[in-house]
This record gives sequence, structure tokens and C-alpha cells, in this order.
Amino acid sequence: MDIARLLFNYIVFPGLLFSAVVGLLTTWVDRKVTARVQWRVGPPWYQPFADTVKLLGKEVVIPATARRTGFLLMPIVGLAAATLASTILWVVNLDPSRSFVGDIIVVVYIMTIPAVSMIIGASASGNPLGIVGASREMKLLFSYELPLIICILTAVVKVGSFSFERILAYQAENGVILWSLSGIIAFIVTIFCAQAKLTFVPFDIPEAETELAGGSHIEYSGAALAIVKLNMAIMFFVLPVFMITIFWGGISFSGWRILTSLVKYVVIVVIMILMKNTNPRVRIDQAMRFFWGPMFVLSVVAIILARLGL
Amino acid sequence: MSITLKALKKSPWVFHVNTGACNNCDIEILDCLTPKFDIERFGIVLVGSIRHADVLLISGPVTKNVLPRLKRLYEQAPKPIKVIVVGACGCTCGIFRDGYNIVGPVDKYIPVDAYVPGCPPKPETIISGVVKVLSKL
Repeated sequence: MDIARLLFNYIVFPGLLFSAVVGLLTTWVDRKVTARVQWRVGPPWYQPFADTVKLLGKEVVIPATARRTGFLLMPIVGLAAATLASTILWVVNLDPSRSFVGDIIVVVYIMTIPAVSMIIGASASGNPLGIVGASREMKLLFSYELPLIICILTAVVKVGSFSFERILAYQAENGVILWSLSGIIAFIVTIFCAQAKLTFVPFDIPEAETELAGGSHIEYSGAALAIVKLNMAIMFFVLPVFMITIFWGGISFSGWRILTSLVKYVVIVVIMILMKNTNPRVRIDQAMRFFWGPMFVLSVVAIILARLGL
Repeated sequence: MSITLKALKKSPWVFHVNTGACNNCDIEILDCLTPKFDIERFGIVLVGSIRHADVLLISGPVTKNVLPRLKRLYEQAPKPIKVIVVGACGCTCGIFRDGYNIVGPVDKYIPVDAYVPGCPPKPETIISGVVKVLSKL
């Protein structure tokens, strides 16, 4: 019974199926808002679904220089990790009693796995551009993880616990963390880190369409590419939900709070899309300096303010 | 009609290759992506890697240097792939047909699904060519 429930949670709701559908809809919002910013009409709502179904029906080409197992396995590992992160976040949001001590640490680690799997997959592809993309992805991972983790620690210091349940309970009692001084600083830094985690402009350095021709997923085709895209779509869904849970009082399905949850989600997504559309791509050294310089200092300021109770 | 074929009609991803064109057709191809024509409405996007492509868009007569690359690109593409030739040069070699380094129109080497003539063709013509390929599926 318990295992059946867990499997249902992982595969149907709120795991793979639900996250994939909402994630793909989010990528549609991304493409539509991008089109509107550029004064275009943009694709219809079913566009990401058509893309995915089409890719599933295409041939999967494995380059002669690729390491077959690593190349094909890594997108699936990334997808499994992204789905797991989404499942834990939603289960905790819908039923806080199923939270466990340290689940924040688990989610933070799991959210790193899609990036790591992309690094391994691109290195296994045997394509020079893919390997350049992998090396850049690795440098980017080292840069944004530091401020991101310190920002999450800000919330943890404020609440004094490593579980989502306590964070949600604290925010229900004392008001959301976002409206405190340390909270807002940590939230802004987290948005920048999320932008880099999703490899969106200005931090799309590993993919760099015009420069590396797709970079870390240059050699993926057919169903493997569909899984890579799904992976990114689910991460685009997970990160805003994670930010809402940590800083903005969590997501709820009861009564009119559905509406406020949706508004929170859309606000974060649109901020990220607008940032993506109004910035040029930075170089990898600039990105690293940005995250280890100003972002690191800001996150340390946030954690000190949180310790002082602000 | 299978569902993947239906989906392919809704999201043809285009890889653009220049086989020695004078750049005029390429400018017209980029025109299709501008806000005025906005072919992303139909799910058409330009992709950077041949592995992601559904449509191979070729402009230009084939030169000696580019021929092996063209053949290799066609072999590298995940099937099914559709080939569209844009511009008079790609269809018939055009004004370059007597050139010392021209080895012939595209369809001598790889199967072509649609020809879009013109020097250069208007963006409307290119879109109509894509529509014809997709309705043939």
C-alpha cells in the first residue's frame, strides 16, 4: 500500500506526468512571453508537446566517437533526479506531515544531478563542441552553487531547522521570509542562481546556440533529445516551486490559495523570462566573477542579517 | 496518420546550410524569423545542430569544397529528414552554372523534397515551400 502510494506519487502525481505537463506548459509561457517581448505572435500552447512527441518518433543517432552507455544513460539519470526533486517538493507542500529532517539538503543535492548528468553526457558524446559545453557547465556549476547554498542557509538560520515542514510552519506563523530584509536579499540572489542553474541567458554559456551550436546537447537526437528537453522543462518547474517553498510561504491547493500559489509561480517565471530576454550572454569568467564576487558577498550579508534576526 | 507524423507537421525544426550561395537567400531566410513573418507561430525554429533538425534548408549551388560536407550532413541527420532547396542557384545552379568550381545542383547528390525558385525568393515563397513539403507528408 505504502509502496503503491509512493510509486503513484513518483510517476503520476506530483511526479513525472504532472511535472512534465506543467513544465512543458511553462516552457510554452517562456516562448510566448519571449515572442511578445520581441513583438511577435509566438507559438500555440501545444507547441512543446508537439515538439516532444515529434522527437520521440525520430531516429536516435549515436555518434561513432561516443561512449554509448554514458551518452544514452545520462539524460535518463537527469530526468529521474529532476522528477524526484519535484515529487519531494510537492508532497511536502501538499502534506507537510510527510516531511523529514534534512529534506532541504536532499532536494538541494538532487537538483544538482541534472547538471552533472549533462556534463557526463556531453563528455561522452565525443564532440569537441559538446566537451567545451561540458567544461563550461562544470565551471558554471562551481560558481552558482556557493551563493545558492548560502541563500538557502539564510532561510534555515531564520527558522532553525532543516526540514520543509518547519519552514512552512514558521512562514504560516510569522509571515513569509521574503518580506524580511535578509529574505529579500537571499531571494534576489537565488533568482540569479536559478537563472544559471537553468542555463538561461545571461548564463546560457554551456549551450550558447550561436557559438557552440547547442553545446552540451549538440549530439543528442530523437528520443534522447526529447528527454533532455523534458529534463530542462521539469527543472524550470522545480526551481520556482523550490523558491516559493523556501521564501514565499509554499504552495497550497486549498480554496482561494490555489490562485495566490499560481500568481507566485507565474511572477517568478515571468521575472526569469524577462531577465532572459533583456540581457546578452556573458563570458564564463565574467559569470564566475559575478557569482563569487557580488553574489557571494550579498548572500553572506543575508545570512548575517538573518542571524541578527532581521 | 501516425501521431508522430502529425507532431512533425506542427514542429519542423530547420537546419540551414549554405553550399556556396551569395548570401542573398540566407538574408531572406532570416527574414522569415523576423516579427513580420514570425514562422515560430507554426513551430518552425532554426536549430544549431544537424542532430536536432527535421528539415535541411539548402541555399546555393554546390561547390567542390562543400560537396563532401553536404553529403555528410545529410547522412548525419536523424531520419525522417526533409530537404528544401532555396533559391535559383540551389535548384539549377543559376548564374554560376559555368563556374569552374561548381559541381552541380543539389538534387544531383541528395534527394530533394521541394524547390523554392527565385533570386532570391521572397519570404512568402519560402513559407509556401515549407507548407507544401509538410502537406505532402
